[in-house]
Amino acid sequence: MRFNFVFGLTLVTIVVLGAIFAPLLAPFHPIMDADLMSSQLPPDGVHLMGTDNQGRDVLSRVLYGARVSLMVGVVSQIINSTIGAALGISAGYFGGRWDDFVNGLTNVMLAIPSLVFALAIMAVLGPGLPSLLIALGLTNWSWTCRIARSSTLSLKSQSFVLAAKSAGFGDWNIMRTQILPNIVGPLLVIGTLGIGSAVLAEAALSFLGIGIRPPTPSWGNMLTDARELLRSAPWAAIFPGLAIFATVLGFNLLGDGLRDMLDPHMRTARGDAGAARA
Amino acid sequence: MTASPLLEIRDLSVHFPLPRTSMFQPRETLRAVDHVSLTLNEGECLSIVGESGCGKSTTALAVMGLQEPTVGRILYRGKPLNGPGAPSRKDRARIAQMVFQDPFASLNPRISIGRMLMAQLALHDLAKGSEARDRVAEMLTRVGLSPDHASRFPHEFSGGQRQRIGIARALMLDPRILVLDEPLSALDVSIQAQIINLLMELQERLKLSYIMISHDLSVVEHVSDRVAVMYFGRVVEEGGWKSVFATPTHPYTRRLIDSVPDMDAVLSDRRQLPPAAPVPSGARFAPDITHRPDPRAPADASGLVEIGAGHRVRLAMQGMT
Repeated sequence: MRFNFVFGLTLVTIVVLGAIFAPLLAPFHPIMDADLMSSQLPPDGVHLMGTDNQGRDVLSRVLYGARVSLMVGVVSQIINSTIGAALGISAGYFGGRWDDFVNGLTNVMLAIPSLVFALAIMAVLGPGLPSLLIALGLTNWSWTCRIARSSTLSLKSQSFVLAAKSAGFGDWNIMRTQILPNIVGPLLVIGTLGIGSAVLAEAALSFLGIGIRPPTPSWGNMLTDARELLRSAPWAAIFPGLAIFATVLGFNLLGDGLRDMLDPHMRTARGDAGAARA
Repeated sequence: MTASPLLEIRDLSVHFPLPRTSMFQPRETLRAVDHVSLTLNEGECLSIVGESGCGKSTTALAVMGLQEPTVGRILYRGKPLNGPGAPSRKDRARIAQMVFQDPFASLNPRISIGRMLMAQLALHDLAKGSEARDRVAEMLTRVGLSPDHASRFPHEFSGGQRQRIGIARALMLDPRILVLDEPLSALDVSIQAQIINLLMELQERLKLSYIMISHDLSVVEHVSDRVAVMYFGRVVEEGGWKSVFATPTHPYTRRLIDSVPDMDAVLSDRRQLPPAAPVPSGARFAPDITHRPDPRAPADASGLVEIGAGHRVRLAMQGMT
């Protein structure tokens, strides 16, 4: 349990550091250093991960690709979490017709494969980073919403919420100061897991050619380029693939670890500690 | 009795719709509170007692505005607290506050005590900055805590201390009425006495009026001026505590008093209830407590009948004519 968390954290840290310091770490420029004379070179001392069919250094492109992938993953998940939390908390808190509406919407979202939905949005908006952020940010909030709603339902009848109400605090204030801080844990877990799936979705969309356009490197479009070289230069596909794998695995392990650390009745554990001291 | 009571609950009913058992059946309603009328006078402690599920907590929530009544009015100094003309949630906060039963669920685990109390002052523009800090420190001292407890979080306190914090929170806005929803039932017996003493001292010092919800008659006996006994959503007996305890008349009240563990009675192996007050001949008590009433059924005709000074008991209507 602990090991998973530490391992996940390590993977994520490596990827994040690689993305931040890509300009320092990358031995070549990911786009400009194309050299057809040195295309499809196997990994060696100069090109640690070899070169692709245009002679660009795969390592440099993987490092720069991490920036795109992480940015897309994190930003789209922030959009998802915000939408999900806002809808879920308000639905759970107010109940009634609004709750029915949000529930219906969530169920519809869960019924549509989110990647297909994102594909449709991309088809409308056209490729590019902003539309990718929108497409992925609007399609994956249903789990966040469900968790936020159910946690709110159990919290809203707690007497500290009733106390805040009778002290005169408004509904929005109560949602923000009484309910949200108490469900941040589970939302964080889902958010972390969501980043992993967003990275995967970005790769899939870019692989299909409607995500990040070449020549900007992203792990997805690197795989597209490398598809035809699978026999002659497998390294051009293996390393971006490994990067995706490591990142998604890292975020999933991190999320699972966070859940284990936050979930097992953290409040009772703290309460018991308090009671034992008293 | 003063001219206009501090708080008047007039014909309060709270009904909850029950989930349909089948699609074709009409929706049934649970009558949690059924035509309850009570008054609270200035400086008085009114106790509402009864078994769990009898509607006493729902009555308290309705007084607090946390539960919208189905029918009925709640008046504060003659002005309505619900329905048309009701004050905003913020204005109403200055009138009545509540101390909750479970001291562990009544404090937000993520907010320090000081921040929680200061947020109330800020919301109502009562004090800011160092003045607010001073008032919080003063309040913590008043309820028997120390000012440096303000920086601590709820999990660092024991049950009794948490209940003191709950009282401090309720008093922060200087309300006139305190609704105490079983404030002692989650506490150890030794701590119960401390909290009850604190409450009585505060009542005297701050000229507060209490509505105390309890199932424990031994607690009620010590603090209340008047007692209302509730059974299945209705008041079955009401009166000054002396006359209710000296002449418990309704069979349900007698049963309640009989169920209080009494050391002397256990040791002497016999138990004596005080005599009931006389009721008009031929009258039947309502509801009939020999069988469990159906909380979904509309109540049979009955009324509260005066049997002593301010002492009323519920009798079935047809028996009186």
